[in-house]
Amino acid sequence: MDAKIFFKDIYEHQEKGASNLKSFQQKNWDAFSELGLPAIKHEEWKYTKVRNLFKDGLIYDQQASSINKDALSNFILPGTEKANHVFFVNGIYQPELTEISDSTDVLVIKTLEAAFGDEDAAFVDAYLGGSYGYNSDGINALNASFSSGGAFIKVRKGAVLTHPVVIHHIADAQAGLRFSQPRILISIESLSQSTIIETYNRIGTNESLTNEVMEICVEKEANLRYIKIQNEGADANHTGTTHIRQLAKAVTHAVTITLSGSVVRNNLNMVMDGEFGESHMFGLYLLDGKTQADNHTIVDNAMPNCFSNELYKGIMDGSSSGIFNGKIFVRKDAQKTNAYQTNKNILMSENSSANTKPQLEIFADDVKCSHGCTIGKLDDDALFYLRARGISEQNAKALLLHAFAADILQQIEIEPLREYIDGLISDRLTLNI
Amino acid sequence: MLKIENLHARIEEKEILKGINLNIKPGEIHAIMGPNGSGKSTLASVLAGRTDYEVTEGSVSFMGKDLLELSPEDRSREGLFLAFQYPVEIPGVSTTNFIKSAVNEKRKYLGQEPLDAVQFLKTMKEKMKLVEIDQSLLSRSLNEGFSGGEKKRNEIFQMAMLEPKLAILDETDSGLDIDALRIVANGVNQLRNKDNAFLIVTHYQRLLDYIVPDFVHVLYNGRIVKSGTKELAFELEEKGYDFIKAEVNEATA
Repeated sequence: MDAKIFFKDIYEHQEKGASNLKSFQQKNWDAFSELGLPAIKHEEWKYTKVRNLFKDGLIYDQQASSINKDALSNFILPGTEKANHVFFVNGIYQPELTEISDSTDVLVIKTLEAAFGDEDAAFVDAYLGGSYGYNSDGINALNASFSSGGAFIKVRKGAVLTHPVVIHHIADAQAGLRFSQPRILISIESLSQSTIIETYNRIGTNESLTNEVMEICVEKEANLRYIKIQNEGADANHTGTTHIRQLAKAVTHAVTITLSGSVVRNNLNMVMDGEFGESHMFGLYLLDGKTQADNHTIVDNAMPNCFSNELYKGIMDGSSSGIFNGKIFVRKDAQKTNAYQTNKNILMSENSSANTKPQLEIFADDVKCSHGCTIGKLDDDALFYLRARGISEQNAKALLLHAFAADILQQIEIEPLREYIDGLISDRLTLNI
Repeated sequence: MLKIENLHARIEEKEILKGINLNIKPGEIHAIMGPNGSGKSTLASVLAGRTDYEVTEGSVSFMGKDLLELSPEDRSREGLFLAFQYPVEIPGVSTTNFIKSAVNEKRKYLGQEPLDAVQFLKTMKEKMKLVEIDQSLLSRSLNEGFSGGEKKRNEIFQMAMLEPKLAILDETDSGLDIDALRIVANGVNQLRNKDNAFLIVTHYQRLLDYIVPDFVHVLYNGRIVKSGTKELAFELEEKGYDFIKAEVNEATA
């Protein structure tokens, strides 16, 4: 399809938000009109043919389907029963489905539009669109052009959330290929502590395409744990950006787990914008069939004395393909930066593939940085050792793959959730012990 | 129990075993000695089923079955055990879980009920005592960061847990200090009974001070060139392998 023409009509007829949001949307629409969707000659989109995801018949009405509240219980993950549940349907934030268990003294959730018109307006004005310096492409601009249905989340200063915030993205693909564009802006105020989880589900058997942008500011000495779980099914396509700016002494810990999908693209940007910040980034992609998962990460060390560590692991079976691109920038002033990055891939079949590209750009002279990547198959010696003890070949493989994935899984602190995902992985690996 | 006849094996294009004949009966301990490169470890690996080696000729029967037709896991379940010369480190797999899986897969194969947690722990405690291995070692990842001696003790511990009919110890003594050697030997001696057998592959006579073999075979250039009793081991220790080499070379000259 010609995306510029297709979306122009929808853009012109969409309900316009309040004036601030409107000018934000207009600015981005102008950008999209010029840029269009990224082509594969765009270095950042070399492996992900994003234009192919926008097929004829794509449904983008910016309407949430009516969903029975009882049906939502199917989407609750183990260990999050009492969590703050935030629902997006077809990319539109749904206040009436959302259930907040923490007090409003610690946690605020409202529409982006509302936030633009109240005491949070200054924050929204400063941070909305903050990811553009890193993702100045048409797909990001397209999301912003239609951000009226977005949400704003704030964890208040000094607050310690009792429960995680679980953001559920539900796509109704009953009538056809559903396109959704969730937009979320999050303020993690200073000295607070919280966990945010994102999950994706689909109703109906048609394809879905989600183009999400989430922007988070983690303020001074705040602590954020962020978990993204992608298991929406083989027909789910995803292009998502999580952009995190962290201020002095803030600590973030991100885990991205991709278990299924058709084409999945995750951008995770960490901007270390205050001294002594700490960032941990973990990823696991367990792929089969024709799934393609493309993880792009950026760690931008803008200030001195920050620490970041990154470990992404992939297991590819069938004719799946895993892509990892990890950039680390160390700016001129960011002395005493410690930045580490590792990507490991195991190919299980002839037709699976892995592409990995570490990129370090260092402009300071007193830093410690390392990167490393591996692509290989299971260790034959280890496999033989297990089999020589009577463990079947299939279980031996599963044990080794499970062990390979374990150090990422261990990063999930919520035990029932970790065990649930562990179970999904064991089932997939047909571990039968 | 084990009958090897005219066994030939090669790795890639290189022939390493050139006609091995060996017969082991229940209750016996056999030692295979020989200089480096004579094919000792190859023999152990071929018997355990490592696929890097290709058997080109000969046969091996184990408990009446054609051993070479069995997968490595089935050989183990039938009662063959190889104590590795270089046990593999496997991060992320706990030693305890690994052994439990191994024990229960074997039981399943033999049509027995799996051990429940209580039975398993009880057995484990007994066997741990036998090889003087500490619980803390078993809760760690399999062999990861273990010292050489700890790895070898772990092999003997696994052997104790799996109760094999025939255990092949591939240079289990190499790199062990005298205390570790005593512990390993002690484990083997306690596990020894009239129904099982051991094949001890070693370069030195040292281990045989602790585990007394019934038969000693000298492997040289892919063949067993001399067999005898434990006195042969002493002779080798005293004279070195050169006298064997000289004998063989004279005979073939």
